[in-house]
Amino acid sequence: MNCDVCKQKPATVFLTQIVDGKMQKVNLCDACSKEKGVTDPKGFALADLLLGLGASEEMERGGTGLKCPMCGFSQADFKKTGRFGCSNCYEVFADGLEAMLKGMHKGTTHTGKVPQRLLKARQHADELKRLQRELRKAVDDEKYEVAAQLRDQLKHLEPGAVGEV
Amino acid sequence: MALHNILAESGEWLSGDGPQSHIVISSRVRLARNLRNFPFPGWAKKTDRIAVLECAKPQVESLPEMADAYSAYSQDLSALEKQVLVERHLVSREHAAKGVGSAVVMNRKQTLSVMINEEDHLRIQGIRSGLQLKNVFKLVDKVDTALGERLDFAFHQQYGFLTACPTNVGTGMRASAMMHLPGLVLSEQINQVIQAVNKVGLAVRGLYGEGTEALGNLFQISNQITLGEKEEEILTRLNKVIEQILNHEVNARASLLQKRPVLLLDNIGRAFGILRHAHSMASKEALNLLSCLKLGVDLGFFPEDGRLLVDQLFMETQPAHLQKSSQQKLQAEERDTLRADIVRTKLAKFPKPDGKKAIERGKDERKEKDEKDGGETV
Repeated sequence: MNCDVCKQKPATVFLTQIVDGKMQKVNLCDACSKEKGVTDPKGFALADLLLGLGASEEMERGGTGLKCPMCGFSQADFKKTGRFGCSNCYEVFADGLEAMLKGMHKGTTHTGKVPQRLLKARQHADELKRLQRELRKAVDDEKYEVAAQLRDQLKHLEPGAVGEV
Repeated sequence: MALHNILAESGEWLSGDGPQSHIVISSRVRLARNLRNFPFPGWAKKTDRIAVLECAKPQVESLPEMADAYSAYSQDLSALEKQVLVERHLVSREHAAKGVGSAVVMNRKQTLSVMINEEDHLRIQGIRSGLQLKNVFKLVDKVDTALGERLDFAFHQQYGFLTACPTNVGTGMRASAMMHLPGLVLSEQINQVIQAVNKVGLAVRGLYGEGTEALGNLFQISNQITLGEKEEEILTRLNKVIEQILNHEVNARASLLQKRPVLLLDNIGRAFGILRHAHSMASKEALNLLSCLKLGVDLGFFPEDGRLLVDQLFMETQPAHLQKSSQQKLQAEERDTLRADIVRTKLAKFPKPDGKKAIERGKDERKEKDEKDGGETV
């Protein structure tokens, strides 16, 4: 997680402030936190200035006036709440999201658990793709016996998938 | 099963028999999950929230883990009952503020609770005594897998499980341990520890989570990152850091015994005196003094059989538990009086602190250590 101000050094100071019931977070490296006086309790009001560099600003870079067609959630709503409206918002606001997630997490790609249902569907799709690729190669290489075997496997996996090749 | 029956028994995590439970009070893991085709609770209209609730609640209730469960709509719980659940860490403060459209389902042992329509559609939470994050994860993971087969969870190819707040996206997992760290506080090392923990991307929070004070020398250590790391990786890293803090706390206590016995005797003695003789006590003060008493038991200043009593008082002196036991709503002043009364009564037969043996033992250990170290250099 890098510093929100210099974007270079790793953040070591994590500031959470609740202003008017809204939670705002800012991550700073040692040097920037000292420079901005965040470690000094009296200087905490300065954080307001810093918070302008937080998540909501990143979102705005993705373009303003955007609205989720599924739930009607807008950029301004995100700025107000720091939350999304529905799962589709992750697609709608994808532009600003990457930069924001980078600042919060370790990369922007999930590597953990996948729901069982999707896992099966994904394995199925991967297998389908692999067989189709091999089939195409076998045909190109004029290995028709192999191609016939692959076609049978494909048929078995998903009837109708062979026609797409 | 009625709520009062569940609450009459203290939860498993309060029994304090988990690994390292003298210092690690509890391990907690929660998973945030949402249903694909509904807006998140904070943005959803009441009808959508109710639709999610009616879809998810029966599925949660039918889990084998919830065979002996208590389940309630939020509007059917009184403010006091909700607060009791918050104090037991079975629902969050945010969830306690909800009304129509939300619900909670929990098992009788109080190790598993599922909040419906909190910030996310589902918050699956496990909590156990002591340091056993991986066991707790196993429990919530199993429940999540079962629910994932019946409910259409919002899952993104790249971002993983989608959550209302982007700080939870990916695994949707927040794992934490509640640690009792009076040694590090008394030896003034706690701030260094907090800074070091923050440096490795973990958070330190107070008793009731985000934005709360560290009362009673109780600190929650939790992961911040939920995206880009596997659940097991997050847990392993967190566990390692917790074990290190645990070691630091043990060392801090040993060092205080050897080098600053008067500080310990004074803190524990004063806590004992006030707890035994006060007639009005705010819950903050009670937590801080009970923390000293607990440290006294850990160090052997008090007999071991006093431990359960002290641990129970931590919970019984919390505002909602206090009012629940008195069966009525009380003003702050009345609560403080009642709290002091309860503490005085329960501690009436508690023996005076006796630090002699512990301090002698500390000295001997130091001597041995010095001799050993000296021997090695020769």
